[in-house]
Amino acid sequence: MNHWLTAPILIPLIGGILQAFMGYAPIALRRTLAIATTVLMLVAAIVLLVLADDGSYRLYAFGNWQPPFGIVLVLDRLAALMLVMTAVLALFCHIYAIGGTDESSRQFHGLFLFQLLGLNIAFLTGDLFNLFVAFEVLLIASYGLLMHGEGTSRTVPGLHYVVLNLAGSAVFLIAVGMIYSVTGTLNMADLAVKIPQVAEENLPLVKAGGMMLLVVFGLKAAILPLCFWLPGAYSNATAPVAALFAVMTKVGIYAIIRVFTLIFGNQAGELSGLGMDWLFPLALITLTMGVIGALGAASLRKLIAWQVIISVGTLLAAISFGTVAGTSAALFYLLNTTWVAGGLFLVADLVDGQRGSAQDKIVTAPRIANRTFLSVLFLMGAVAAVGLPPLSGFFAKLLILKSAVTESDVAWLWSVLLIGSFFTLIAYSRAGSIVFWRNVEGHIEEPQKLTPSLSVSASALISLSIVMVILAGPISRYAEDTAAQLHDTSAYTEILSKPMVGEEK
Amino acid sequence: MELAFAVVIGALTASGVYLMLRARTFPVVVGLTMLSYGVNLFLFSSGRLATGGQPIIGSAETYSDPLPQALVLTAIVIGFAMTAFVVVLSLRSLADNNDDHVNGRVPEQDSTVQKQEQEGANT
Repeated sequence: MNHWLTAPILIPLIGGILQAFMGYAPIALRRTLAIATTVLMLVAAIVLLVLADDGSYRLYAFGNWQPPFGIVLVLDRLAALMLVMTAVLALFCHIYAIGGTDESSRQFHGLFLFQLLGLNIAFLTGDLFNLFVAFEVLLIASYGLLMHGEGTSRTVPGLHYVVLNLAGSAVFLIAVGMIYSVTGTLNMADLAVKIPQVAEENLPLVKAGGMMLLVVFGLKAAILPLCFWLPGAYSNATAPVAALFAVMTKVGIYAIIRVFTLIFGNQAGELSGLGMDWLFPLALITLTMGVIGALGAASLRKLIAWQVIISVGTLLAAISFGTVAGTSAALFYLLNTTWVAGGLFLVADLVDGQRGSAQDKIVTAPRIANRTFLSVLFLMGAVAAVGLPPLSGFFAKLLILKSAVTESDVAWLWSVLLIGSFFTLIAYSRAGSIVFWRNVEGHIEEPQKLTPSLSVSASALISLSIVMVILAGPISRYAEDTAAQLHDTSAYTEILSKPMVGEEK
Repeated sequence: MELAFAVVIGALTASGVYLMLRARTFPVVVGLTMLSYGVNLFLFSSGRLATGGQPIIGSAETYSDPLPQALVLTAIVIGFAMTAFVVVLSLRSLADNNDDHVNGRVPEQDSTVQKQEQEGANT
């Protein structure tokens, strides 16, 4: 039992409840408390990262119930990595939000913190049904956040997003029910033990359940046939919300990594590698679709929303190999793409504020105010996202390319990823040169002021890609250890035999 | 018993899916509700359908699994909250767009067809 594990859940929970009661408190007080909560959460996440780096599994069993009977929180390297990634992104989004986005609704901070609560539960939980509950917590907060802001443009994309996710939840429940009806357990470690022992006649049920789980996680992660909700929803959300949502698709990817390496991994007998032969082609088609969307995007926000889909395709292609090298490359790329996409959403919003009525549309307009600062940020973000040297995206893509082993995989992955990157580069250079260079006569009335909280948070997120290059050694070492830990599932199932009662520590 | 149960779940799910594919928000909301009913019943049945069982092993001939009921309870609560939210959201969409079409407005092709139908009905 390690009580630190509850910290990333309790901190945003308590902070969020406080915010819910403080809707009419002075805004300075609400902002201070909200930022303090996010900072505390980041500290807790870093503590857990240091704890998890010794490679052992830490367990928190609610009510001291011996797993698999109660709900457990499990901390391993992957969970800690996701927690830190989310906390860093959330902190900068939050700093950006106090630059003015939070003024239009009294409950913005509460919703923001509840969103983080849901994300943290999803990363820490060791129980399939609890994962469903975590998804619902983060989804209902995200519905509120997505609708946040002025104007009516968000209603329709918001409605689509909500209905689609409700249908997804229904499929998730059916899958959970199917798996439970055969195995009699929902604890992930216990499932990993029970799945190989499933009787012959029950195999199709578990198989169907597993594939339906893949569909649900694919919907969250926005894999191709299920990705068309994303550009509309993300490009209409306010900037800090869109930037935070960069991590939402990664929850789906986290769930795919967790469930399909642990439960349907190499040791799962007849069901090992379930769905992975579907995942590779789908990932490559998703990547292609993202590139086509990026080339045709009419505004910077749409372009970055399609960039999120490109990164999903790239990540899943590497994950579908099911090897240590593939997973560790994907984890390195995951960090890079989440922070950079979040930063780019913030930069697009800054550009929007400096261009008057042209907003962030990719059209010629009068010369944008603060051009040098914003164009350098956009350039850095684009270079990191496309994967050009010297920024971190280059190393990440290189690792992914190197992780392909068999000849056909190499041929497909290299050609799609490299040609895709080339066309993404064209999309970014087209957008950047039109927005920043091609000017018409005229001037912009009252450009938005670049206050410190706006410019610092946007540039900090983008410059994390430089930090990642400097720290590439330790980060890739951590990613490799994480992947090795993930693929050695026997250690995870040992948490079942850890005694809960009478342990003093 | 099993057959009746399966038919009910199937009918609920099929009508739910059909209604969700409609173009107006009201049928979509009703469809989501029916789908969640179907799912709840399905989840309930994952502990096997049996009467007179005891939830404690060894206390009676047949053992009845209490966990699916806990799962269904959670799913009902969550589904209820989500339905309330989606109702409010559809009303908001109706107020914002003066139309209860799921896309906020009827696509042009459809609206011309409708107009022609109306004109046909008028003449």
